[in-house]
Amino acid sequence: MTDKVLLEVRGLTAKVAGIEILKGIDLSVRSGQVHAIMGPNGSGKSTFAKVLAGHPDYEVTGGDVLFEGRDLFDRTPEERARAGLFLGFQYPVEIPGVTNSSFLRLAYNTVQGARGRDELDPLEFDDYVQDKLKLLDMDPAFLERSVNEGFSGGEKKRNEILQLAILEPTLAILDEADSGLDIDALRIVANGVSRLRLPDNAVILVTHYQRLLNYITPDYVHVMDEGRIIKTGDKELAVELESRGYDWVADEYRSRQAA
Amino acid sequence: MSTVLQNLVNQPYRHGFVTDIESDVVPKGLSEDVIRLISRKKNEPGWLLDFRLQAYRHWLTMREPAWPNVKYPKIDFQDISYYSAPKAKKKLASMDEVDPELLRTFEKLGVPMHEQKALAGVAVDVIFDSVSVTTTYKQRLAEVGVVFCSFSEAVRDHPELVRKYLGSVVPPGDNFYGALNSAVFTDGSFCYIPKGVRCPMELSTYFRINTQESGQFERTLIVAEDGSYVSYLEGCTAPKFDTNQLHAAVVELVALDNAEIKYSTVQNWYAGDEKGIGGIYNFVTKRGLCRGVNSKISWTQVETGSAITWKYPSCVLLGDNAIGEFYSVALTNHHQQADTGTKMVHIGRNTRSTIVSKGISAGTSNNSYRGLVKIGANATNARNHSQCDSMLIGDKCGANTFPYIQVNNSSAQVEHEASTSKIGEDQLFYFAQRGIGAEEAVSMIINGFCRDVFTQLPMEFAVEATKLLGLKLEGSVG
Repeated sequence: MTDKVLLEVRGLTAKVAGIEILKGIDLSVRSGQVHAIMGPNGSGKSTFAKVLAGHPDYEVTGGDVLFEGRDLFDRTPEERARAGLFLGFQYPVEIPGVTNSSFLRLAYNTVQGARGRDELDPLEFDDYVQDKLKLLDMDPAFLERSVNEGFSGGEKKRNEILQLAILEPTLAILDEADSGLDIDALRIVANGVSRLRLPDNAVILVTHYQRLLNYITPDYVHVMDEGRIIKTGDKELAVELESRGYDWVADEYRSRQAA
Repeated sequence: MSTVLQNLVNQPYRHGFVTDIESDVVPKGLSEDVIRLISRKKNEPGWLLDFRLQAYRHWLTMREPAWPNVKYPKIDFQDISYYSAPKAKKKLASMDEVDPELLRTFEKLGVPMHEQKALAGVAVDVIFDSVSVTTTYKQRLAEVGVVFCSFSEAVRDHPELVRKYLGSVVPPGDNFYGALNSAVFTDGSFCYIPKGVRCPMELSTYFRINTQESGQFERTLIVAEDGSYVSYLEGCTAPKFDTNQLHAAVVELVALDNAEIKYSTVQNWYAGDEKGIGGIYNFVTKRGLCRGVNSKISWTQVETGSAITWKYPSCVLLGDNAIGEFYSVALTNHHQQADTGTKMVHIGRNTRSTIVSKGISAGTSNNSYRGLVKIGANATNARNHSQCDSMLIGDKCGANTFPYIQVNNSSAQVEHEASTSKIGEDQLFYFAQRGIGAEEAVSMIINGFCRDVFTQLPMEFAVEATKLLGLKLEGSVG
């Protein structure tokens, strides 16, 4: 197992529409690890995920981020994706008129091309994608529908995980992958993610609730509040948060700061 | 709007050059004398001159339509030259005698004028300013009895056909621009498919406006006799000028019993620059008459050019069981304005019509769909389905839908669906996060949006249309 640093975040600050949301984040993610980022609504979890992926609405105001040892912020969003950084969206966008199959194939071939690997023609790609569909217990008819158009919340989330399975990124950041899922869909999504865990890659789970972590055991649990990581622990911390809520962590942090 | 989108929609016009060729241009202005002069230059019979004069006298009593959702300064109809022709030294016997400068022009535009170089299976009629320059594949078409020639030749060689059908679909006093065309039209294409003949190749007309101060007023007439079939395509370009030029064409289609006409347009007139200076005013009347039982007329248009587009390719469904179809993609960018759509007039029983309209607006342009579905009192069991979708690129453009539905028979079924969508920052970011750049993303979204229309185009032209939309929207991503 090549245990190396995939992502190194140091003192990251960022703002959106003039308001500072991230106020100094430090995080180190090594290959083979799963990190969970938890915290109350508005704590900056989703902003952190979008900033890493390069969403144009967010402005990085300080700090730096290295992805596999190279500066992340001098790269465009598509360059980051081609380099192996994947964001599973909290609210996947609908793209009417573009079929899932053509979208997935273009995405796959673009990323493969960037890795210097062969692209697949439509027939080869179909074989490849059928296996992935089985993994996620998805109906092949899904491929002929427009990307996310008219999908239920659960279908959209599964479609994100399908893309994760197809693109095989080095670092997957899954933003609220479990929100809006019923218990069966949650298990399917979680199993999909677990089976994609490999020694060479890493996963960051951004989540509000602990329930996803019953299926995917994190190596680290971070609590975010007001744009900072205020506590880091192991999977027991998530269980504690579930029963006690977030307030005590924030109180603890404030008294530590005051001391 | 982001710089990415801005760069994407800014693409120079590639057909904007002027051909340096000597032209025979009549002085500006419009009067009965000018009409007589045009008619004389073309050695026309008396009945045609009478048709023109009747139209002109009616036109004088009419006003420009004010209802379209477009804005432009008042046109001075006396400041336009109504006839311009490349000066030919003598009568042309074959293609080899065509002015090489003209040949080069069309080569540059990618229009095949030499038959041996022509797209396999497409006959082309080329109209340069006011006159038809050449028609290819005449011989092969004549073998099956298909007449495909310039309008002037048709008047000379088939006067009885022209006289019978000219104005039978769009009467000389039909509307302001239609009447103007009837008074001053100079050339165009004529096509006649005899009984039971399936035209063996696509027929195509290519229009080019070259002179700065002339208008182009062409007339196209297509007649499909009982049980015949023809597929017809027109393409158009013009040089860049900083003044506006008027293009007021009339197209008439007649389909008799069991006949089918498929009419496709890829319109790429000069649209003006990014500040809205120059460009063509495309004020066109297109109408098809499904006169016979089981007849079918299908309009497919891809409209990407012109400063202003005002056109409503229509079907009058007179024969029982007649079918009318309208498939349209209209793209506007910068300061372009389009008010386009169709009219489906159901008169016969069991008549059916389908309307699929896709409007794409970018820049500060304005794109309106305007359509009429009219079910007459005797049109028992008539059916219509309309689908009007608009797509916005950026946040400074506009899209409107004006559907008019008049139903006078209670057995009719009329459906109208409409949607508006937007290529947004979030969609582009979604593509980017999957490794796909903005240019490819926009082209994928647009092609997906237009798919229902593109599948109606003949194969070669579907490819051309896809490329054209790409050109209009692509650019360096920065």
